[in-house]
Amino acid sequence: MSLLEIKNLHVEVEGKKILNGLNLTVEKGQVAAIMGPNGSGKSTLAYVLAGKPGYEVTEGEVKLDGESVLKMAPDERAAKGVFLAFQYPVEVPGVATMTFLRTALNAQRKSRGQGELSTPEFMKLVRDTSGKLGISQEHLRRAVNVGFSGGEKKRNEIMQMAVLQPRLAVLDETDSGLDIDALKVVADGVNRLRSPDRAMVVITHYQRLLNYIVPDVVHVMARGQVVKSGGKELALELEAKGYAQFTGEAA
Amino acid sequence: MADVTPIKTPTEQALSAAYASARASLPGKGALAALREGAFRQFEARGLPHRRVEEWKYTDLRALMRDLPPLAPPPDAAAKAQAENAGNILAGVDCRRIVFVDGAFVAELSDLSPEPGLAVGSLAAALAKGDTLVTAHLGKTFETDDVAVALNTALMGDGAVIRVAAGAALKRPIHLVFAGSEKPSAAFVRSLIVVEKGAQAILIEDHDSGASQVNAALDLVVGDEAQVDYFKLTQAKALHVASLLASVGARARFNTFAFTRNARIVRNQCFVRFNGDHTRAGLRGVTLLRDKEHVDTTLLIDHAKGHCESREQFKSVLDDESHNVFQGKIVVEPHAQKTDAKMMTRALMLSDEAEADNKPELEIFADDVVCGHGATASALDPGLQFYLMSRGISGPEAEALLIQSFIGEAIEEIAHEGIRASLMQAALTWLTSRGK
Repeated sequence: MSLLEIKNLHVEVEGKKILNGLNLTVEKGQVAAIMGPNGSGKSTLAYVLAGKPGYEVTEGEVKLDGESVLKMAPDERAAKGVFLAFQYPVEVPGVATMTFLRTALNAQRKSRGQGELSTPEFMKLVRDTSGKLGISQEHLRRAVNVGFSGGEKKRNEIMQMAVLQPRLAVLDETDSGLDIDALKVVADGVNRLRSPDRAMVVITHYQRLLNYIVPDVVHVMARGQVVKSGGKELALELEAKGYAQFTGEAA
Repeated sequence: MADVTPIKTPTEQALSAAYASARASLPGKGALAALREGAFRQFEARGLPHRRVEEWKYTDLRALMRDLPPLAPPPDAAAKAQAENAGNILAGVDCRRIVFVDGAFVAELSDLSPEPGLAVGSLAAALAKGDTLVTAHLGKTFETDDVAVALNTALMGDGAVIRVAAGAALKRPIHLVFAGSEKPSAAFVRSLIVVEKGAQAILIEDHDSGASQVNAALDLVVGDEAQVDYFKLTQAKALHVASLLASVGARARFNTFAFTRNARIVRNQCFVRFNGDHTRAGLRGVTLLRDKEHVDTTLLIDHAKGHCESREQFKSVLDDESHNVFQGKIVVEPHAQKTDAKMMTRALMLSDEAEADNKPELEIFADDVVCGHGATASALDPGLQFYLMSRGISGPEAEALLIQSFIGEAIEEIAHEGIRASLMQAALTWLTSRGK
């Protein structure tokens, strides 16, 4: 069974049709890149998978491990293993990063029928993970993303992913706003999480990120659909030729 | 339009009658009796403030004060027994507890153990003997023509009189517990606290008023170089009006924190004047409202001397059909140069039926100052809620976490760890009882 199966997905936002019969299958262990021009519906796909309110599915199906997720609230999806690394992580004033991580992890464990992690276990997990991503103890004590630079916010997303250990990680333009050093740190963090049981959907506008997170498959989105799929060489081809060949096609 | 003398409401008539019959037995002679008489005349001339009086526009006292219950009799054994649980919000903090029941000082429930530099007594006793601390300061810390203060002065029965001698640093916070019984009555409590030069004190005025209608006032003198943290905690089933009248000296540190929850109709007014330079003050507060509760916080901060810094930060959480009012006026007098004042008020609206009125005002008569204010009223941010939920946190838990963080930002400014933790806990208790 495929880990993620999307069939004929139609989505509207404020009455405007964004996804238009999208089909996509992602297998366990796979890293799938999704590329496409601005306005092709990449971020909408990410939000629909995470269950953001205001994204209305008018037709189609999304299955995780064969189970439909469209009726699930965002927190239920998270407990089933869906994780979205936000393109623009939000600031949560007054909630310390540690408290936030702990509340999230324990909520997920609870809904999966697992016990809460003890304080020493949790502290060790976070220290190990944050250390590898170059996130300081000071940042962990601070309110989530408040006063963080763009790069720090993205690293914080990857740290959350590493702590929460999702089955399906969706990374929405994780490379945007990162300099080359930060990009490498983030890519290393993502690569460490590659596993035969886990799938990743890496949404990006540019091929650059895919030099560091090498995908197994590349899908091209245009006008709310997947219009072409191929191996990692497809990304290079897009870099060379641009998206014009897809956006120019008749609707 | 000609001035019209309005017909007196039944409550106004009852107040006049209460004064007439109690006058002879109210404590204090000579100048103190004259102080009462003058204040009563002020009330008689103007009546209860109503919505056309600018300062009371959102809290129409004439309409809200529907009656005047009888002045509280001295507490009986049952009322005293009930008071033992009052003020348990600070159960975990080692405080000196001074207890009042229905406005009257109860010595046997109070901790009167001696401490060098500290004198604690009751206002009734101080008025009766014409205590010099009272004659020197009462009604003089911040002179105002406010009618609620005038009524308090006219009818004041009892309260605390505390003196912290120059240079003394109190070992424990003083917890003034004003417990009210479940029998409707009216209490006019007045306290005077003088913290002399260089002294340090943590003061908590904690009203757990029950069904008792309360008009409270506190004259607070913060001496030069003194450090005072003052807390006003309020829960009340009946009308509660409280006035802080503060005079703050030079190079002092003065912090106030008001915490109000489970309170039906409250007006907390703070009149604070900086009478010396280089003082730093922080006035903060958190109000939690539900049902049809109405809480009004009104500040008048007078920067009469230069080089002082004040920070005002007030937060409210409004559920159901509740109503929060914030009026904050900062006055910077001529020559009060280098004043640095920042006021911020934020209302978090949990319901479409709640109402928040924010009225910040700056009156600046000096030219070399830094002053600012901000006011917001908004619902929980759905983007934040989605972010938390996308990490596995349930909707209600995400909401609670966001409300908690909203409140926490203000509570975290409290320096005393035990009081900070107790107030946070009380806020959490309020939160968990939401919707139940």
